[in-house]
This record gives sequence, C-alpha cells and structure tokens, in this order.
Amino acid sequence: MPDEQYALEARGIVKIFGNHVALDAVDFGLRAGEVHALLGENGAGKSTLIKILTGAYQPDGGQVLADGAPIHLDNPQQAQTHGIGTVYQEVNLLPNRSVAENLFLGHQPTRFGLVDRRKMERESRGILRRYGLEIDPSSELGAYSVAVQQIVAIARAVELSGKVLILDEPTASLDRNEVERLFEIIRDLKARGLAVVFITHFLDQVFAVADRVTILRNGKLIETRALDAMSRTDVVRLMLGKDVAFSGATGVEDARPMGDVLLDYSQYGRKRSVHPFNLTIHKGEVIGVAGLLGSGRTEMARIMFGADAADEGEVSIAGTRTTIARPTDAIRHGFGFCPEDRKAEGIFGDLSVRENIIIALQGKLGWFSALNRDEQMEIAGRFGESMDIRAASLDMPIKLLSGGNQQKVILSRWLATDPAFLILDEPTRGIDVGAHAEIVRTINRLRDEGLALVVISSELDEVVAYSTRIVVMRDREMVAELNGENINPGVIVQAIANHRDEELA
Amino acid sequence: MTRRILSRLANPQLLALVGVLLINWLLFPNFFRITWQDGRLFGSLIDVLNRGAPVAILAIGMVGVIATKGVDLSVGAVMAMAGAVAATLVVAGYPAPVAVAAALAVGLACGLWNGFLVAVLDIQPIVATLVLMVAGRGIAQLITEGFIVTFTDPVLIFIGTGSFLGFPMAAVIALALLVLVTLLVRKTALGLFIEAVGVNRAAASLAGIRSRMLLLYVYGLSGVCAAIAGIIVAGDIRGADANNAGLWLELDAILAVVIGGTSLLGGRFSVPLAVLGALIIQAMNTGILVSGFPPEFNLIVKAALIFLVLIIQSPLASRIMPTRMPVRETSK
Repeated sequence: MPDEQYALEARGIVKIFGNHVALDAVDFGLRAGEVHALLGENGAGKSTLIKILTGAYQPDGGQVLADGAPIHLDNPQQAQTHGIGTVYQEVNLLPNRSVAENLFLGHQPTRFGLVDRRKMERESRGILRRYGLEIDPSSELGAYSVAVQQIVAIARAVELSGKVLILDEPTASLDRNEVERLFEIIRDLKARGLAVVFITHFLDQVFAVADRVTILRNGKLIETRALDAMSRTDVVRLMLGKDVAFSGATGVEDARPMGDVLLDYSQYGRKRSVHPFNLTIHKGEVIGVAGLLGSGRTEMARIMFGADAADEGEVSIAGTRTTIARPTDAIRHGFGFCPEDRKAEGIFGDLSVRENIIIALQGKLGWFSALNRDEQMEIAGRFGESMDIRAASLDMPIKLLSGGNQQKVILSRWLATDPAFLILDEPTRGIDVGAHAEIVRTINRLRDEGLALVVISSELDEVVAYSTRIVVMRDREMVAELNGENINPGVIVQAIANHRDEELA
Repeated sequence: MTRRILSRLANPQLLALVGVLLINWLLFPNFFRITWQDGRLFGSLIDVLNRGAPVAILAIGMVGVIATKGVDLSVGAVMAMAGAVAATLVVAGYPAPVAVAAALAVGLACGLWNGFLVAVLDIQPIVATLVLMVAGRGIAQLITEGFIVTFTDPVLIFIGTGSFLGFPMAAVIALALLVLVTLLVRKTALGLFIEAVGVNRAAASLAGIRSRMLLLYVYGLSGVCAAIAGIIVAGDIRGADANNAGLWLELDAILAVVIGGTSLLGGRFSVPLAVLGALIIQAMNTGILVSGFPPEFNLIVKAALIFLVLIIQSPLASRIMPTRMPVRETSK
C-alpha cells in the first residue's frame, strides 16, 4: 500500500559525490514498532542513507518524511528534535565523564542555574534500570566495557529522541552474550513502539532480531521485504547480485597428510596476560582459535609474534630453540601478523596502498637496501591483482579504501615477505561479504601451499570450515584442543561455555 | 619527464618564495642586483641565502623529527652549547678541527638524549625536548662562564663568514647537508620508515620497523644539524654568545618545516620543501630590512605568515581545495 504512513520515510533519495552516484532514487520506509535491517556490501550506500536520515548530509534529490509530513534536516541536532537518534559502532560518548553526565550531556537538569547533580543521578539510575544496567551513574563511563557503553549510548539516544533509533554496526565489538543482551533491549524498545534501524555485517543477527530488511547495492534499492519470507541464501544473493555457494560447516578432511613440525611453543606464557600454553604447529595446517572476546585469544597471538614478550616457556622453530622477544625476531623467522584492530595497528592511513603492501618486506630487507619505485609497483601490482584489491590507484592513501580492501592489503603485506607462518586475528571482522569470501579463499589456498596459519575468529562456522585443528581459549587459558569430528560449532560452543556451567552447578 | 619536473616546480612553497621576492623587488628595486667583489658575490639575494642558512640547517634536522609526530624544541639551546664548546676550545688552544668535532659530538649527544627520552622513556616530545631547551642554554652559559667568548681562529671564522666559489660558506654547507640528507632518506628506505612511524607507530612496530632506533636516529640528526648551525653562527660573530645564539630559532625551524607542508601530526615530509620554507622566512626578514621598514614589523609579518599557513592547512581549506600540500605526484 503506497500510502502507508511511516514513522520515518525516505522517498527517491539521490546523493551524488563528484561524479559518483552514491544513492540513486532510493526509497526507504520505517514503521513504528519494527526492527528494520539495512544491508549491503561496503560501498552500497548504507552509511550515506543513514547520514541523510540523520541530517549529516543533504540529499541532492528526493525528500525525507516523518509521520507522513516532509521534514528538512540541516544537522543531526534537528534530527534529534524530530525524534531520530543514532548510535554508532564506535561509542560516541565521553569516557572520562560520569555515566549520568553522558546520559544528560547538553540537557542537564538545572536548579538555580546550576546542574542539579542529585536529580541527574537519580533519573539516570531509573533510566539505566529500564535497560537492565545496575551501575553507579556517578562513576566514570570509561571504566565499563564497550557493551555497557553501547547500552548507555542507546539509552541516551532513546531518551533524547524517542521515536526512531538507528544502530550502525552496534555489535561489531561485542561478544556473544553481550549481543544477546543488546537484542533483548532492542526487542524491548520495539515493544515500546520505537522504530529501529539495524545495520550489521552479521546475517545471523539480522535473522535473530529484525522484522524486515532493505537491501542496497551500488547505491540502488534492491529489495525491501519481510524477513520471515526469506532465507539466508536469498539475502546473500540479493546483496551480492549473484549466486554464492555457502559451503556447509564441515571440517577439512582428515585424510590430508600433515606436514613437518614447524613451531613448538612449550609452556609459553606471559604473566597477567596468558597462562602458559603448549602448541605444536605443522606446515600446511590452519589452527583455528575460538573463544570470547577477552578470553586471551589476542594476547596469545601477540606473544606468539613477539608483539608482547613472553616471560616463561620456550619456543623452537623446526626443532631449534630460539627467542622471539620482538616482532623483528618473528619476522626474521618468516612470521606475519594481521592484528585485530586494523585501523589502530594495521594500516598506515596516510601512506599509499603500494607503501602499505611493501613495508614489511622493506622492514625485513632493512633501511639500506631500498626497493625502488618500479620494484614497489611490481610487488604491489602483483598482490593487488591476486588478492583482488579494489583501489582506483596503488598510489592512493589506504585510508580511502573500504575495510575489506584494507584487510586484503595487510594480508598482502605479509604475503610479500614470503612467510612460513601467519597469525590472523579476526581477519574477517567488519568487512563486506565479497572481501570476506576472498580472505577465506586465501586462507584455504595458503594452507594447501604448505603455510602454517593460526586464525582467530568469532565466527564459528567460518573457523570450522578452514581449520584442521581448533584450540579454545577461556579466561586467558587454553582449555581445549579439538580434532577431527570434534571440529564443529556445537562442540566449540560447549568448550567455550563449559566453565560457566560448572560454576552455575 | 619534463612535465613531471615542471609540475614539481609548481608547488605552493616555490610560488610563495617567488611572491615574497617580487614584493621585495617592488619595495626595493635593487633587490635582485648581485655584484662580484673580492672573489665573492654580494647582494640581497645572496644575503637571503647566507642569513637563511642556519634556520635551513635546523629545518633539515627538524623535518625528520616532525615527520615522526615529534618536535625538537632544544635546537636553539643546542646551537648555543655547540658554539660555546667550539669557542672555548679554540680559545684554550685546541686546533679548530678538534673544536668542531667536539661541538658536533655535543650536538649528537644532545640529540640522542632527546631520542632516548622520546623513544625509550616514551615521554611526549614537546616535554622531552623542553628539558634540554631550558637546561641547554644554562649549560652553554656555564661553559662560557657568562661571558661572550670571542676568538680569532681563522677556520671557525671561515665557516661562519667565508665563501666557496663565490657563495657564502653557510649557504654552501646548508646545500651540502640538504643534498646529503635528501639522498639519505629517499635513496634508502629511511624516509618511508620515518613516515610509517609518524603515521602509526604501533603498526610500524608490528610491521617489523625498529621504531626506537629510528627515533634515536632522527633526534640525533636534529642535534647534529643544530650543532652545525651553532658553529656557523659563532663563526659569523667571531664569538660564542650563550644568551642569544640561536634564541627562538627552534620556532623558526618548526615554522619552516610547516611551511614546507609537513604536518605536525607526522607522516609525509619533504626535506627540500622545509629548506624552501626557511628561505621564505628569511626572504621576508631581509625584505623588511632592506626596504627600510622598522625590524619590529618582522614579527608581525611572520605572525601573518603563520596564520596564512595554518589556514591553508586547516580542514576547512582542504575541503574547499581538494589538493593537499605535501606533493607526491604520480606521473601517469
């Protein structure tokens, strides 16, 4: 029914940047009391649409309507007065101020012209309780986990706006339990009649919480539909515009012969970081690391690479004892490491794609034997092609690339050093479906070429698909090693959860 | 190829220098006149090169430091120390090469000290180098015992006032350093590593760059450059003035680097453009001097220039004009 009244509606939105059409006559209708997922690969136009709905951008065509009446949004503050609130992936609050101040920033209750702190904290307590948070409103926000901060941000957005809530990848840095908690809050808000827009890369989450879905591709509206009439494959097919075979969750067949022992970590650990662990790694195998955020997965990767020095245990490479006290030691032995936080520890934002690709190889060669420009172009071009890096030019700054392409660049950086062993920490987090597939394909290829890999990932289906062995981390300790038919999501979840059940019992 | 060279010449810094020189010429018609006398060149342009050399040399050291997201506030004080050491030694009867070597060694030691504070102790560069900025001048005063130590050593005086192929010695030294350091950072991978550390030190360490060593190198080089400038200034006035030698020149050097398009947030840098920045500053100083304005105008004009540079580099300006200042064109 074309005349349905939406809480928030976009009609025929057009947005043009230079000569690039970011949004091409896109319609989007949001009903009160629904959770509406907005999907699309990176660059499909999701963020542009959101920015127009929140007043951060002005559309070049079309109009935005609230409750059927056209509205004009010059800035995010105006969006707020129309009842539209937004929460971004990176929490946009002040970590060094109290929870209550963050909730009331900009509209603090006053008494005789001064901030009425007591009233503010009393009201904060009430608000937080509605979101299931029993925390002290006068304590510093930064002391709490990202999940709590995220909920505070949602509470703030809802209290300020109260009609439409836009969640832009809110779950990207949350673990499983935290996501579940967030979903309870979303369902609760839905029951209260709020319209919720939910943007994510995780399809499972879309099906878990959303009622309808709008799919964008290359700036065009592809489909808006109720989710109960769609399968997972339908959604992926619409997002990619082509058929992708999603391989079932079966482990790598056991029949493949295992290569020689490459690495042996024995009682390797670091105080207050990772309990001593034993791990033998063979050529041609992928060891998947499963565990919740904060389980010590990243810490284990860092001491394996020497990013943090181990203070106990020993490591031997091909049978010879050695020390890996810093990354340069590891790199000399043919290690490579793609860190979890791509932006903070991976990319050199202002440097070119080319320089980002060759930098580790150059570091290995030393400062004196510089690769000249032609050699750099040749190497960067080779990997740009084989990894399908989508960049207008190899000389453009890497910060202009999408997350998926940045990840491919960092992977290329290590492949250029001709490594024997790669550690990948969440290589597919927050990247689009196409790049995701490319990276999984590369992991499989490298394993078959005889490299040893350690891959940390929260996506169990994915870990199961490419791992020859899985280790499970819990509370900074390696608690299980799974082989053969035990490599399946059910067993892994059990291994991760075990401890909690014991405690409950 | 020629197109590439031409497009490289058409950068904002060179245009600014030409602009300043043209204004000078309008105010003082004899500005471009150069004469040959006693085996050397004379004229306002030569004066710009000669007077601009110390700041240019400081800028050559400073640009690497700033590219690593640091800053070296101590260079003015290091100049005073180096001058004091050289002067005191020749007065005490040591040969000039020993005095020069000792002064350079003092500069290197100061630079490495700064580098140690920044790289190993992880102190913020502005605070770390502030220590030596304050203490260094005090040390220089202790060395000279509070006097202006004058000398007659011909070698030191030649370094400050002599000429080579008609050009002032100071300018020749600056040019040699410019060529040497540019080759050092661009023909090796040092320049790339410096930029990488400046853009993202955590990522640089994980990519296998020894960022601590690199920081020691750049601060060490900055100290050596400051010592060279200090020797030149001492040779020029035939004495070491611990109170005034190099006073506030660290700010001129930083300004020169910023005019040269290197961001104080680190990253992309260019040694030649920083030197060009130093020449722009000196061309303004000389212009005000020769055109008969009172020298007090100097500070106001300089402030106006800083303001202009800040506006050009501001986010607002980069939104209006999409071309950014650091030039690294791809030739295709």
